[in-house]
Amino acid sequence: MQIINEEKIFADKIDEEIKIEPKDWMPDQYRKTLIRQISQHAHSEIVGMLPEANWITRAPTLRRKATLIAKVQDEAGHGLYLYSAAETLNISRDEMLKQLHSGKAKYSSIFNYPTLTWADMGAIGWLVDGAAIMNQVPLCRCSYGPYARAMIRICKEESFHQRQGFEILLTLSKGSKAQKQMAQDAINRWWWPSIMMFGPNDDASPHSKQSMEWKIKRFSNDELRQKFIDVCAEQVKILGLVLPDEKLKWNEETKHYDFGEINWEEFRNVVNGNGPCNKERLEARVKAHEDGAWVRDAAAAYSEKRKSREQKAVA
Amino acid sequence: MNALIDYTLHLADNALILGHRNSEWTGHGPILEQDIAISNIALDLIGQARNFYQYAARLINDSTLQGAKAPSPGGEGVGGEATEDTLAYLRDVKDFKNCLLVEQTNGDWAKTILRQFFFSAYQFYLYQHLQHSKDETLAAIAEKSLKEVTYHLRWSSEWVVRLGDGTEESNSRIKKAVDDLWVYTDELFEAASFELLATNEGIAVDLSLIKNNWLKKITDIFDEATLRFPSREGQAVRWNGKDGKHSEHLGYILAEMQFLQRAYPNNYW
Ligand SMILES: [Fe+2]
Ligand SMILES: [Fe+2]
Repeated sequence: MQIINEEKIFADKIDEEIKIEPKDWMPDQYRKTLIRQISQHAHSEIVGMLPEANWITRAPTLRRKATLIAKVQDEAGHGLYLYSAAETLNISRDEMLKQLHSGKAKYSSIFNYPTLTWADMGAIGWLVDGAAIMNQVPLCRCSYGPYARAMIRICKEESFHQRQGFEILLTLSKGSKAQKQMAQDAINRWWWPSIMMFGPNDDASPHSKQSMEWKIKRFSNDELRQKFIDVCAEQVKILGLVLPDEKLKWNEETKHYDFGEINWEEFRNVVNGNGPCNKERLEARVKAHEDGAWVRDAAAAYSEKRKSREQKAVA
Repeated sequence: MNALIDYTLHLADNALILGHRNSEWTGHGPILEQDIAISNIALDLIGQARNFYQYAARLINDSTLQGAKAPSPGGEGVGGEATEDTLAYLRDVKDFKNCLLVEQTNGDWAKTILRQFFFSAYQFYLYQHLQHSKDETLAAIAEKSLKEVTYHLRWSSEWVVRLGDGTEESNSRIKKAVDDLWVYTDELFEAASFELLATNEGIAVDLSLIKNNWLKKITDIFDEATLRFPSREGQAVRWNGKDGKHSEHLGYILAEMQFLQRAYPNNYW
């Protein structure tokens, strides 16, 4: 009887848009889905630091250098909020990191592409942070309280990142011929992977339906993708550049942009570990973690020593 | 005038190069919280460097206007005015006036921490005096930066203690860092000719005034960390970074940092 009651309370809360909080009863599968999604999201923030950190030491001006450090640091902060949100579901950060390092947990495939030129900092901000916002704004209303609250903080910063990225591209687009080409080349390389960030088509998306019912998700992958494409197709005009899709065309009837066929085979390949930088990204994370082990041990040992000294002093 | 420009560039170069080094950690720190902390210090230092460079650029442009030859141009061969970016991105190794300490490689976390601790302790006492400099701009930058540096010093001190008094491994690693870096601390207190000149004018800080404070701070923290000073004997002769005689590391830092400005000259970024 108890369980039925709890199930009903849970379902009512979802219906009435009342947030589910850590201490509330929740279906096992709801908890699992959230852990998978939030930890995957946290990992994406952390792995996502790497392609951009790659250009910090080569940023072309002091102002750009400072902004880029601040941006990558923001992503670390996002990782922290998200790991904390996931921890409210009874999984430790250590456990989540283990899953990342072993390859069991996934992170956003977009970060398995290389950053080759400075313009990539612009393209990532504009397109990757842009797609992230499109995905994440609805998550601010997610039914799970800690996740929704983390997303509100994160989204504010992400929209800042997106504007910065666009501004980098805008500056390049008004610059020399080489700079303009650099910007176009970056857009060419980042466009398709960015629109893949919304995940498989709705009919091929395994977890979507249940997530919508639980109000973890509010819009389908395809709805969000279309919205993103509509926005970018307009913004790219301001840059005087183009999106690399010959089929991209405004459709008067649907009031949306039509677009070309997404290469889902590439998507699956990258998800399954065969992207250009999967190996490098994971190795870099594992290396940072392993090289840091003695540091974490030292900090733990020292705080133990201190505690026992303080206890002795008290006694 | 030239001494003031050189001194300002020296302060800027110190902050930039250490900030650059610290930023190499971003994304690779031993734990997320400390990744953020070291990146934060990088940001603070780069912010300080920008203030100093902007001032140096103003001084250089003014003195060029008055027909004097700018001493460390940064604008030379480039044409146009000096800016924070021409100074950071278009000078070569011999023109950089930073101490050798800040250009040393990051090594492990222990070496990075100790380098920061030595430097932050130095900067802390330096800025305390510099905020009373006759030069109002330098005084204002020092005063504004002191809050940041106070935090850097506290943070790095805590880590020195933690590593020194942590595990056997951390203790031996920080000891090795002391052995590696101690030799670079003398230079902090040996005034270069432009420093002497600027000190006489009441602009620069008299380094003999801060050396003892610095040494006392190091001693106190080392005591807490169960660390000892290495012996001076048998230590190699080092050149003087402030006079442009650097270690081989600086060339690689600049090659990386200046790449875009060199490969695509005269562009706006
Ligand atoms: Fe983020
Ligand atoms: Fe972001």
